Amino acid sequence: MSSILEFQNVSKNYRVRKCDIPALTDIDLSVTAGEVFGVIGHSGAGKSTLIRLINLLERPSGGRVLINGEDVTRLDDAGLCALRQRIGMIFQHFNLLSSKTVADNIAFPLRIAGRHSAAEIQKRVAELIERVGLTEHTHKYPAQLSGGQKQRVGIARALATQPQILLCDEATSALDPQTTQSVLRLLDEINRELRLTIVLITHEMNVIRTLCDRVAVLDSGRVVESGHVADVFLHPQHPTSRRFVYESEDIDEETMVTAFSHVSGRLIRLTFRDEATYEPVLGRITRQCDVDFSLLTGRIDRIKNVPYGQLVLGLSDRDSGRNINEALRRFREEGLVVEELN
Amino acid sequence: MEFFTTLPWPDIVEATFDTSLMLGASFVFTLLLGLPLGILLFLTGKNQILERPRFYAALSFIVNVLRSIPFIILIIVLIPFTLLLIGTSLGVAGAIPPLVIGAAPFFARLVETALREVDHGIIEAVQSMGASTRQLVCRALLPEALPGIIAGATVTAIALIGYTAMSGVLGGGGLGDLAVRYGYQRFQDNVMIVTVALLIVMVQILQMIGDRLVLRFSHK
Repeated sequence: MSSILEFQNVSKNYRVRKCDIPALTDIDLSVTAGEVFGVIGHSGAGKSTLIRLINLLERPSGGRVLINGEDVTRLDDAGLCALRQRIGMIFQHFNLLSSKTVADNIAFPLRIAGRHSAAEIQKRVAELIERVGLTEHTHKYPAQLSGGQKQRVGIARALATQPQILLCDEATSALDPQTTQSVLRLLDEINRELRLTIVLITHEMNVIRTLCDRVAVLDSGRVVESGHVADVFLHPQHPTSRRFVYESEDIDEETMVTAFSHVSGRLIRLTFRDEATYEPVLGRITRQCDVDFSLLTGRIDRIKNVPYGQLVLGLSDRDSGRNINEALRRFREEGLVVEELN
Repeated sequence: MEFFTTLPWPDIVEATFDTSLMLGASFVFTLLLGLPLGILLFLTGKNQILERPRFYAALSFIVNVLRSIPFIILIIVLIPFTLLLIGTSLGVAGAIPPLVIGAAPFFARLVETALREVDHGIIEAVQSMGASTRQLVCRALLPEALPGIIAGATVTAIALIGYTAMSGVLGGGGLGDLAVRYGYQRFQDNVMIVTVALLIVMVQILQMIGDRLVLRFSHK
């Protein structure tokens, strides 16, 4: 797997009244071609700056940003324009040209590139409008469209020059939940069908869970955790990551601990993924080992296309814990992740 | 009835024509000079893509100086310059240089303000597509700011009508000259009233055209 985009020890400072304020510190990231890579962070964590370093809307203060192995900070003006034509970008507030129709907005980057005939542009624009499902809105102006439709125009415009990478800057943050889902589905479709690498930033765990393959958690300008979404989502290590996961799942850690202090027996968290989610593992093993369980809390859902379950159980047996140990061993044997909570 | 019969009609027609000519010519040159100046002010301003603090400060200072000189004084100050450029400081042609130099800085400021109204996100989006500064200005900024620029041009044209009346007094001819010669110096109130009425009509027509164009080009 080749990495299409790489951050090597990147830092970015802003000069405010002769003082350097660090926005990003020691960023090392690598994005694989064809994947959806998410960066999550609270506002002010530096994620907007991070995504803008990729197409040099912001210049790094230190370190290197490599695209296809090429250091982008060394490009001259012409090289930078060429690079930017290979990277599409969509924005939280869409940033469409209000003076141009849907079709002209989508044609805009092609006209900027200046390599295409009018007929080519027309054909490509028609294709893109159809892909994002806006055929009947071709000649409307952005002000006549809803938020979701505007973002679809934004996506079509970003795809016009057939870029290798699509940058999404909080692309769904201004949309309602339903529209968010439909835009995320569209992005997922584009990622799969065009093998387009997507880098997105967001403050919503839901976006990461629905769309991303890998995620980096950004806190105060540093990457505090990164990995496959399922790993970070099911076993967050850093307090910030944990906060994001629990927020998105409506879990209140403190209440949970207090509530469970009344439960007798051992508190176990079981995590299963993929096929294991559909197997009757829990029932079979507890029966075989003669262990009773009370189901305290749990979540069963999907991360991108991976089904998963995570349950907190109170386990008890009549044999001073030996049966429980046996059950836990068998759970692990089945590939489940077992964590003791008390 | 006497009000109309004593009016010097041929003079009024000629004066109206002269004023329209001064207005039209100076307006065109004001646009040609003021638009690039406004774009330059915008681009070199704080946090803009060609930020040049010293250059901006110098340009801004010159614009402010030209705007703070009362127009009637500006005409006098510019007489040597006008003589050099046109060969005369009198008549319609002689009135045009001071009109343009008086109005262009004013229009440039309005252009700068209209460009600043364009959402910074749009600039960012167009830059992210790999547009050059020239493409950014011509294909995105100007079309986006067009309604504001038209509104600014309307205000400028109307200010120019006032200026043409003043330059009339200093030998420029036109309605201002007529009003002074007949209305003020010969106490012919009816001429004064008719010239003022004609100026009002001109302003109204310009404002109406301006408003229509703004509406035509705004899609917000």
